Amino acid sequence: MSVEIKTNSVSTIRNTYSHIKRRFGDKPATRYQEASYDIEATENFHYKPLWDPQRSLNDASRTSIKMKDWYQISDPRQFYYGAYVGNRAKMQESAETSYKFCEKRDLISSLEESIQLKILKYLVPFRHLNLSANMNNSMIAGDSIATTVAQAHIYQSMDHLGMGQYLSRIALMIDGNTGAALNTSKTFWMDDPMWQPMRKLAEDSMVVQDWFELSLLQNLLIDKALFSFVYEAMDEWFGTLGAKDISMLTEFMRDWNKDTTRWILAVVKTAVAESDDNKEKLQAWVNLWEPQVFAALAPIAQETVGKEALPKIQNELAALLKKTGLQSTGAAL
Amino acid sequence: MSQKVFIAFQDNENARYLVEAISEDNPEAEIQYQPAMIRIQAEKRLVITRETMEEKLNRDWDVQEMLLDVISIGGNVDEDDDHFILSWNN
Amino acid sequence: MTATKKLNLKQKYQYLTRDMDWEPSYQKKSDIFPQEDFEGIKIVDWDGWEDPFRLTMDAYWKYQAEKEKKLYAIFDAFAQNNGHQNISDGRYVNSLKLFLSGVSPLEYAAFQGYAKVGRQFSGAGARVACQMQAIDELRHSQTQQHAMSHYNKHFNGLHDAPLMHDRVWFLSVPKSFFDDARSAGPFEFLTAISFSFEYVLTNLLFVPFMSGAAYNGDMATVTFGFSAQSDEARHMTLGLEIIKFLLEQHEDNVPIVQKWIDKWFWRGFRLLSLVSMMMDYMLPNKVMSWQEAWEVYYEQSGGALFKDLERYGIRPPKYQDVANAAKEHISHQLWSTFYQYGQATNFHTWIPKKEELDWLAEKYPNSFDKYYRPRFEHWDALQKKGERFYNPTLPQLCQVCQVPVLFTETDDPTAFSHRDTVYKEERYHFCSEACCEIFDNEPEKYIQAWLPVHQIYQGNCGGPDLPSVLSDYYHFNLGEDNLDFSGSPDEKRWNEIKGIKPLDKDDVA
Repeated sequence: MSVEIKTNSVSTIRNTYSHIKRRFGDKPATRYQEASYDIEATENFHYKPLWDPQRSLNDASRTSIKMKDWYQISDPRQFYYGAYVGNRAKMQESAETSYKFCEKRDLISSLEESIQLKILKYLVPFRHLNLSANMNNSMIAGDSIATTVAQAHIYQSMDHLGMGQYLSRIALMIDGNTGAALNTSKTFWMDDPMWQPMRKLAEDSMVVQDWFELSLLQNLLIDKALFSFVYEAMDEWFGTLGAKDISMLTEFMRDWNKDTTRWILAVVKTAVAESDDNKEKLQAWVNLWEPQVFAALAPIAQETVGKEALPKIQNELAALLKKTGLQSTGAAL
Repeated sequence: MSQKVFIAFQDNENARYLVEAISEDNPEAEIQYQPAMIRIQAEKRLVITRETMEEKLNRDWDVQEMLLDVISIGGNVDEDDDHFILSWNN
Repeated sequence: MTATKKLNLKQKYQYLTRDMDWEPSYQKKSDIFPQEDFEGIKIVDWDGWEDPFRLTMDAYWKYQAEKEKKLYAIFDAFAQNNGHQNISDGRYVNSLKLFLSGVSPLEYAAFQGYAKVGRQFSGAGARVACQMQAIDELRHSQTQQHAMSHYNKHFNGLHDAPLMHDRVWFLSVPKSFFDDARSAGPFEFLTAISFSFEYVLTNLLFVPFMSGAAYNGDMATVTFGFSAQSDEARHMTLGLEIIKFLLEQHEDNVPIVQKWIDKWFWRGFRLLSLVSMMMDYMLPNKVMSWQEAWEVYYEQSGGALFKDLERYGIRPPKYQDVANAAKEHISHQLWSTFYQYGQATNFHTWIPKKEELDWLAEKYPNSFDKYYRPRFEHWDALQKKGERFYNPTLPQLCQVCQVPVLFTETDDPTAFSHRDTVYKEERYHFCSEACCEIFDNEPEKYIQAWLPVHQIYQGNCGGPDLPSVLSDYYHFNLGEDNLDFSGSPDEKRWNEIKGIKPLDKDDVA
């Protein structure tokens, strides 16, 4: 009798939450599903925001892209918070080993001053772009609809903050923790003519109102072109100058770029596939922004890897865009 | 009027050392054991010192490690490499 | 390169966060940060911002991953070992139902709110602190889904919490609270949530409740609760920092901030009345009474805090004395109300057992036996006759806090506190002077409130009768999620687990 009681009382009365069941059927759910689907408020909001009285809270019209169901856009990495921090903790652990190694062996601080200056002039200023990317993604996390979309953007935001901090630490290695190298590097970003189209692009991105346009611009067009430029092409160029060790300190960025490419392609592809209207809008944004991204890269390429490196990057981006159903403008070809 | 600062920790292995260290550095602090947690309060000021913690633990200890076990605090926070200080200044 | 002095920890953190920011010149600052000015707050210099904590992302990932690893190991063990069988009493789960439908959606709303303000300030130090809180709040909303997942498989009332949060009558209390904060400007949002809620009041939600979970054998909840609280310590520091920063920046900020503190203290106090009921009535093993918790975590801690803030010209919240006086009453008044409306809740209600009534009498010597015990004994007698009392009328809700008009006057615990006012030829009702005043300060905001009872009357919640509102619109499984604990499927199952009454084979599903 007692055995029977026990068996009965541990058998479950349902497999998962009702909102998960409506979406995926009556079966046990994954942690990603329970953490990410239909937990965001959708109706009966009490007050119009003082900062946007035309719309309600969680209003889908904060982008002109339309989805019948925003949860159609999901994350192929299946990142909910716990999975996300677990993944990044591993990445940071190996980055930390490299940073400690370089510090201990003076690998960066012992580089020739002229090479150090090149690092401060051409590599470290990209930390400012990490900051605009951080802000842009924080805005998208606040404005977008559906947890599957919003959560990935706050991860992007924090990732960019972290990568900006890694680049800053390279400068702190150069100056021995005085901040002087960061000041030098920031002066290039603010005043050197070579950087100004890039700084303008960053500032222009910060006034984009439509969050989906901003995600396309930031997470696909800017990030994919830039990461390929900085952490592949320029990385090789530093190698030829005898600063191969820099690679160790930017491994995190290369791993990150691979990981996030899968995600942003899935995001854009799903929106493109939803309707011709979405596709048209997204294509128009590509047409608007892609040339500006390459125009901003050109003067930096000119002084470093050479402008002839850009078509390869352009081709790579074009291939990514093609996967989403969009077309590159061929701006740098 | 009495002005108490406080800090509460999860009642676990780490907390044992924290309580020991805090009691040593703040002899007047009052330690309250509650279900699953330990609450420590003191008049106006409470300090946690890295050096004392390292003595208790016999290893290096980063002040930020505390973040794993804190449940709540009351008071202005001042944190540096060597200390975590809670205080009321008025 | 000119070498200067080595950076100390604080300066280094500034270089690793706010120094990545720059003064824009291609776009106007007011276009990049369009929402920074409209509330009338004056920021003279964001450099005055003191970072409330110094956590770089690498350390954040490391520590948070460590916390999550521990947490999920316990969730797994809890599910594998059917930890729900070890709780003190089947009634305990009802506090989790209230938590999942009332509190977890607020964690999500906090994620959205902090992500938004984490973009809006032109001070990068403040932005980064807010973003970190945003991702933490996302964590809390998700770990709560996971912690409750196992309970949902074994008990009723937990199955559709986010939808219920958007629709169910009493859940408009927490929902409207957070909607109010999120629809305000960025500085008011931080004063509301970071300071008034996180710093001043959140201890009253989490600490006694999580200790309560520990005392009632609920390992999953204790673990997510305390793990979440370890983030909370950072959030509280942000709450105090933002207030000090606003007050130090400009004297014109003082009256604005004071008004917000008055408002949000009261909004928070009304919201927490749900917690008072949870502590005094819904935890079978009781840790401390609401009154005791209020005394420690508000009167003592809040007292010390507001004394500290005196130097800025800030006084304690305007209606603090009313809240202090109400500590002997609110939990009893609220539980009485939910008991009467137990047909319309996603959790069960019940008459406390004799020893629980005695505990309440001991903890509330001035109020319980005199005002509340006779009521419970009367209902108990009816229930024993098979006439369990349910109130068939719909309650009158306060236009601001949306709690039914059920609280009493400070000087007379037998007289309902009720105020009303006329605005643009329409009459509005309130539970208190404080809520009425909040309305008067921003009538255009509060006339928009989505009041569940009005909405039911207007036919916006399905219908035509109450049971179909409950089942079709609220998604209650009638007879499973609602009504008295006694006779519920939850009770039956709990009794089976504990072998309290012999199992009737025919009843086995």
